[in-house]
Amino acid sequence: MFKILSKRELTPVTKLFVVEAPLVARKARPGQFVIVRVAENGERIPLTIADFDAGAGTVTIVVQEVGKTSRLLGALKAGEAILDLVGPLGRPCPLTDKGPVVLVGGGFGVAPIYPIAKALKAKGVKVVSIIGARTKDLLILEEEMAQVSDEVLVATDDGSKGFKGFNADLLKREIEAGREIEEVIAIGPMPMMRAVAQVTEPHKLRTLVSVDPIMVDGTGMCGACRLTVGGRVRFACVDGPIFDAHEVDFTETIRRGKMYAAEQKLALEKMESEQRARAGGCGCGHGGGR
Amino acid sequence: MRSRRWALMPGEPSGNAEPKAAKRLPVKRPRAPMPSQEPQVRTHNFNEVALGYTEELAVGEAERCLGCKEAACRQGCPVDVHIPDFVSKVRDRDFRAAYEIIKATNSLPAVCGRVCPQETQCESKCLLGKKQEPLAIGRLERFVADWAMAQGVDKPTRVESNGKRVAIVGSGPAGLTCAGDLAKKGYEVTIFEALHAAGGVLIYGIPEFRLPKRIVQHEIRNLEAAGVEIRTDVVVGRTITVDELFDQGYHAVFLGTGAGLPMFMGIPGETLNGVYSANEFLTRTNLMKAYLFPEWDTPIKVGRRVAVVGSGNVAMDSVRSALRLGAREAMIVYRRSEAEMPARKEELEHAKEEGVIFHTLTNPVRILGNEEGWVTGMECIRMELGEPDASGRRRPIPIQGSEFVLECDTVIMALGTTPNPLVSQTTKGLEVDKHGCLVTRDESGLTTRELVWAGGDAVTGAATVILAMGAGKKAAAAIDKTLRGST
Repeated sequence: MFKILSKRELTPVTKLFVVEAPLVARKARPGQFVIVRVAENGERIPLTIADFDAGAGTVTIVVQEVGKTSRLLGALKAGEAILDLVGPLGRPCPLTDKGPVVLVGGGFGVAPIYPIAKALKAKGVKVVSIIGARTKDLLILEEEMAQVSDEVLVATDDGSKGFKGFNADLLKREIEAGREIEEVIAIGPMPMMRAVAQVTEPHKLRTLVSVDPIMVDGTGMCGACRLTVGGRVRFACVDGPIFDAHEVDFTETIRRGKMYAAEQKLALEKMESEQRARAGGCGCGHGGGR
Repeated sequence: MRSRRWALMPGEPSGNAEPKAAKRLPVKRPRAPMPSQEPQVRTHNFNEVALGYTEELAVGEAERCLGCKEAACRQGCPVDVHIPDFVSKVRDRDFRAAYEIIKATNSLPAVCGRVCPQETQCESKCLLGKKQEPLAIGRLERFVADWAMAQGVDKPTRVESNGKRVAIVGSGPAGLTCAGDLAKKGYEVTIFEALHAAGGVLIYGIPEFRLPKRIVQHEIRNLEAAGVEIRTDVVVGRTITVDELFDQGYHAVFLGTGAGLPMFMGIPGETLNGVYSANEFLTRTNLMKAYLFPEWDTPIKVGRRVAVVGSGNVAMDSVRSALRLGAREAMIVYRRSEAEMPARKEELEHAKEEGVIFHTLTNPVRILGNEEGWVTGMECIRMELGEPDASGRRRPIPIQGSEFVLECDTVIMALGTTPNPLVSQTTKGLEVDKHGCLVTRDESGLTTRELVWAGGDAVTGAATVILAMGAGKKAAAAIDKTLRGST
């Protein structure tokens, strides 16, 4: 059991947890992930490490509530515990000595960008962060990113804050405006990472992305997370999760990520109807009155 | 000598033998069949197929034992179970004594009785097998172990600590055996397990219908009662390194990290949706209990027609699991012929009884998919057998122009594994061979690193539970010898 020391609601569906996990904290490096399980009959899901403190023995994880497991996790409170948390898994993000590095974080992908920014900044590398969300209320960790970046640029799809449009469009504008960039690291939804890769490819700009495929064990044993990178099949859990963006087969990776979409929907619906039943009704929509 | 034994077979006049000696005479009768769930019933559930001998069946089968003085069966056992002795106790209905005899050398008898390939080990050496079916040693072992469990007489005793600490990496059959043997000698043993549950392949790989998980859990609880500490959720090589284990005060380390990464064929279409490694398919089913979805959260996709590539035990486990998960047709696709199949005989027989279709001398060329990226079939080519290759088996050669499409919507690759490099990459002085298997310097499994032993699939590549247990046992003896010498 891994005790939750504190919890912060970053958005109504995005929760940050500081968890007591001294062994993981001691070994964690930016870009690595943990596998979490929240119930005895629960799934194992990967979550990228959002921060770690070896001294305090804590790791920080950020979860976006999309399916049953992430909702169960999101509902946990400070003082409660996560049943299983194992890591750090995957290879750390390679950290360049030569900036400026543009870090692109989309949605809750800003969370895993944070420790990379922090580590680069500590090495004295110039960091420019582009963080984005659909709308300003869904932007997360803006202040924290400002502390570890030389500059923060904000993009929102609806223009409610900063640049109106996608992260990739903002990056494109910056490249075309002649901004000096040595490397780009992008983490977020697959379509965003693909868009970033498409923007940087014509400029031969080294670009890394962190893929987030379906995993079971997370240690190389099952191969669920395999994807094609540069024409070769790789396992994200042991060969990644960070890969050269220009080599990742995004279409295939997105398609594989949807393999259990129907089952995920079913599990979520079942949980919701059970919750409604517990709350007093039968889930039929007639309000539970007799 | 052998013929003299046969001369004493019952049914023939035993002369003027003493009544006591007469009691020991083997009884000539056919091997007792294993009571089993009917094939048409069992393919719809995950309950154990083989139900186990009754007391009467066990005693009757034990009576067949010739009681050879120089028991060849024992030489066939990787953990040296004193087979004629325990069988003789079964015959006397002294099951407790039989259990003590088995347990003295085998720490997981309920497991071995179920999953050992007895037909190539102890039972292959049984003299009865020369003229009829060999003694059902595995079934007797299982009977005794189950009896002990049911009676609650298998409680371990906790030995006083000798002050030496040993770290075991991996809680599969090698690690559990090594831990059990060391705990018996007073070592303070900690097992580090990467997954959330202990048992290794016994938990994630071998299906419930062949090895009920309650049996594995029972054995693990017994180990804990004997003083072994099990720490799950620790990936040695990531969470902690072997060097750090020594820094923490462990005096020796045993690596039983298991089979590792699944192999694929490298043919087009292997990343289509609906293609699994057997490791993933079985882990979802067994460890994560996907057959209970949505009561358990982990899903699995099983189509109407499932093709399993390979023909070892893992392939049989996969294809039989697929049937139970609802496949209408479950097929084995294998490039050689049935004679070369590495699976345990009983698994093959069970698979056939359950209606598994065998496409032998057939090799996949590519996997076909639809526009959404889901598997629709597999292009295969027919094979013929040529001269024997390095493995001694006749080499399969493709028959040009014989390509055809096998319709299927799920493909499971059961082609074996390569060792996980996490430990070897993060441990100084630990050498691996060209296959990635840990190099050992002697019979005991001592690695190229001082005070680090290894055994099981991490050393041999994918093999059997009992060979891993044998390796764990030898390493435990060597660790004991080395650490005692170092006081």
